Amino acid sequence: MKSICLFFQIHQPFRHRRYKFFDIGNDHYYYDDYANETMLRNVAEKSYLPTNQLLLKMIRELKGEFKIAISITGVALEQFELYAPEVLTSFQELARTGAVEFLSETYSHSLASLRDKSVFEQQVREHSRLIFELFGQKPKIFRNTEMIYSDQIGAQLFQMGYKGVLTEGVRHVLGWKSPNFLYINAHNPRMKVLLRNYKLSDDIAFRFSNPTWSEYPLTAEKFTGWLNKLDTKEELVNLFLTYESFGVRQPRETGIFDFLEQLIRLIAKSDSLKFATPSEVVAELQPISVVSVPNPISWADEERDLTAWLGNDMQKEAFNKLYELHQKMTGSTKEDLMKDWNYLQSGDHFYYMSTKFFCNGEVKYCSNPFDSPYEAFINYMNVLSDFKIRLLSFAPGDSHEQEVSTLNKLLAEKEKKLKKMKAELLHFQSIPKKRKTSKRK
Amino acid sequence: MKVLMFGWEFPPHISGGLGTACYGLTKGLAGLKNIRVLFVVPKAFGDEDQSVIQLIGANKIPVAEKTVYFQQDEEFIDIIEVQSNLIPYVSEEEFWNLKKQRTVSKSRLVKTQKDLTIDFSGSYGSNLMEEIRNYALVAEIIARKNRFDLIHAHDWLAYPAGIAAKRTSGKPLVIHVHATDFDRSGGNVNPVVYAMEREGMEEADKIIAVSNYTRQVIIEKYAIPPKKITTVYNAVSPDSAGNHSTIHKGVNEKLVTFLGRITLQKGPEYFIEAASLVLKKMDNVRFVMAGSGDKLNEMINRVATLGMADKFHFTGFLNAEEVSQMFRMTDVFVMPSVSEPFGIVPLEAMQADVPVIISNQSGVSEILKHAIKIDFWDTYAMADSIYGLLNYPALSGFLKKSGKKEVKGFTWKQSAKHVSKIYQDLLHE
Repeated sequence: MKSICLFFQIHQPFRHRRYKFFDIGNDHYYYDDYANETMLRNVAEKSYLPTNQLLLKMIRELKGEFKIAISITGVALEQFELYAPEVLTSFQELARTGAVEFLSETYSHSLASLRDKSVFEQQVREHSRLIFELFGQKPKIFRNTEMIYSDQIGAQLFQMGYKGVLTEGVRHVLGWKSPNFLYINAHNPRMKVLLRNYKLSDDIAFRFSNPTWSEYPLTAEKFTGWLNKLDTKEELVNLFLTYESFGVRQPRETGIFDFLEQLIRLIAKSDSLKFATPSEVVAELQPISVVSVPNPISWADEERDLTAWLGNDMQKEAFNKLYELHQKMTGSTKEDLMKDWNYLQSGDHFYYMSTKFFCNGEVKYCSNPFDSPYEAFINYMNVLSDFKIRLLSFAPGDSHEQEVSTLNKLLAEKEKKLKKMKAELLHFQSIPKKRKTSKRK
Repeated sequence: MKVLMFGWEFPPHISGGLGTACYGLTKGLAGLKNIRVLFVVPKAFGDEDQSVIQLIGANKIPVAEKTVYFQQDEEFIDIIEVQSNLIPYVSEEEFWNLKKQRTVSKSRLVKTQKDLTIDFSGSYGSNLMEEIRNYALVAEIIARKNRFDLIHAHDWLAYPAGIAAKRTSGKPLVIHVHATDFDRSGGNVNPVVYAMEREGMEEADKIIAVSNYTRQVIIEKYAIPPKKITTVYNAVSPDSAGNHSTIHKGVNEKLVTFLGRITLQKGPEYFIEAASLVLKKMDNVRFVMAGSGDKLNEMINRVATLGMADKFHFTGFLNAEEVSQMFRMTDVFVMPSVSEPFGIVPLEAMQADVPVIISNQSGVSEILKHAIKIDFWDTYAMADSIYGLLNYPALSGFLKKSGKKEVKGFTWKQSAKHVSKIYQDLLHE
């Protein structure tokens, strides 16, 4: 009996408006409300709402035979509340069926795991809090932004209390091994790793409606046939998909919804296949081996690395300049600053600065609001500059205190030195006395 | 005296200093007695300041009119009543029909609008060469239809027009060199442009250079006899932007500004290197690079690589209003041009009470006393001067005060008088 683990990810960033140099210090609102609202409404109507409806129908029809996992970023949830509350209600309805497991991730689709432990933890904490608030679940399985994963990140996640993590079944990491088993983290064997079967996942997400594909048209029967043809010893097939694949990337006219419906029914009714959520997989299956990932991987591009976000100097500069501020941020409790700080961390902003113009068609996002990566960079840095000015004006005490503490340290050190020298002095003073006494003798 | 003047741009539709200089000079000339200017641009937008001069757009001139002088008569023509050697056509189809017919040996086909005018973009687009050629064609027609004593053409784009007008009318031609291709290209001249420039210079009866620096280039690189060339310095119009404090300076730090096209000629990369040196010494400063150009992306990358993107800002192209706002916020203005025939922007900065640092490789450095002058490549000296101006108020205060006084002496009226003297000499030769 193979387990089919179906997982969907949902994310929408807060896109920045054109923020000019002259705005710095004068205008502190950074967001393009119109673009954000239209984008979200569009995706909601084409994808989120119909897919939710379909999944809900299938869960009710198949009663316990069908289950899925979903992760929604905090910024996406915030936008649902703002622009499409009915989407939020429909996800809550899904949550109430008990057949949907919500996974944990960063609040704002951030790349914090690559930079700073404390920021990462804070982002995750905030996301978990929101998920509990809205859906009443405390996530036990983690999925990082863009499936970014490394041994170190995995080990850290275990310390944070997670039992399993999802990532990409990268070919150059796995080598001859198959992604269709449960693996464990190289640093901590108690941390389970689920690897995405990118071939089968992308067959649905990217190739489904491509008429030049040799397997076109893809039917549910054909797909379940492939699943059944897999090696009988293989235990698990991880299908991790972007939610927009249904309705946006593969529009309704391609028949994607009918395909999904039929596929779910076939798998649920099959004798050799069954649906399982990540938590069930982690609890039921026996891990087969260690998967060693010394360098971070992701699910992007052919390289499956970080170069889509941190590939060029602009991206690295923006990333460094952003996280330089985190020390100052930890002291701040101002709500609007916290909000902007979260939104600024969205990986999307860095993706817009990418100069990988020639990557294959399998881009994970499709919409870049900027004409060029350079424009994106300038805009982001202008916003960040204004944010920094605000932050520094609210937290001057912080730097002052830091100064005081460093001065105090200096004082303490000097006092230590003084004591030492005094002791030495005493020591030297005592020597001639000894001589005198010796003379007397 | 009536002057027929050809120029490629005119405010407010300008991309750089050329349009500003043309406007200033014609305004200055209009202020003189006995001089009337008819200014021809490729495209008239209709919102140009025509209070003091008469401006016509080449795009408004029909190329096919019966009044056009008839030159070729050796062969039989059976097409529309065009009597010049210009044959207008409106669509592609018509073009091929006309091509099939037998026409005069020297006739040229020109694509026109429905009303038989030629469409000009008036910019520097991909079909620039074609526009220059068409501009010259229209110049011929204008030269036939108007009476004037003298022709004055600004920069290479207008030289062919000037030459065409001279050939048609027989009047003397003055060309005004605002820049040469050696400035724009950093030495790797475009042979087509060079040929056009050289032809203009050779055909001209008199050449006006905007600085001795440019005059020297014309002598050395274009082999023009020195006595044919006179230097007339540019000037600056009094600051008209009186509406202060529309935008409040949002940052507390001192501001150091580069303003100009971001191209090889303007030396933006030296500004960036100097900025990084200054930022190592002090924190209370921001740098702004205003303008756009083919090197913009490269510069953005460089700033990112140096890790100072939070202190170094790019604004893109600024319009006149934004430029004066920029100056009001600026503490130091830097013009690190690699090769600048003149450079009006520092004068504008000085008017706005901003101390300036300019490169020795600029024409304006020949006349300015109250400015810090450095070599464009000497980024350490540049950084040193920026640091000095920001940290020693005595220095910046003195430069502001005396600079403003000095710049009052550079008026377009003065330049215009000089130009008018050249006209007089030329006509009385």
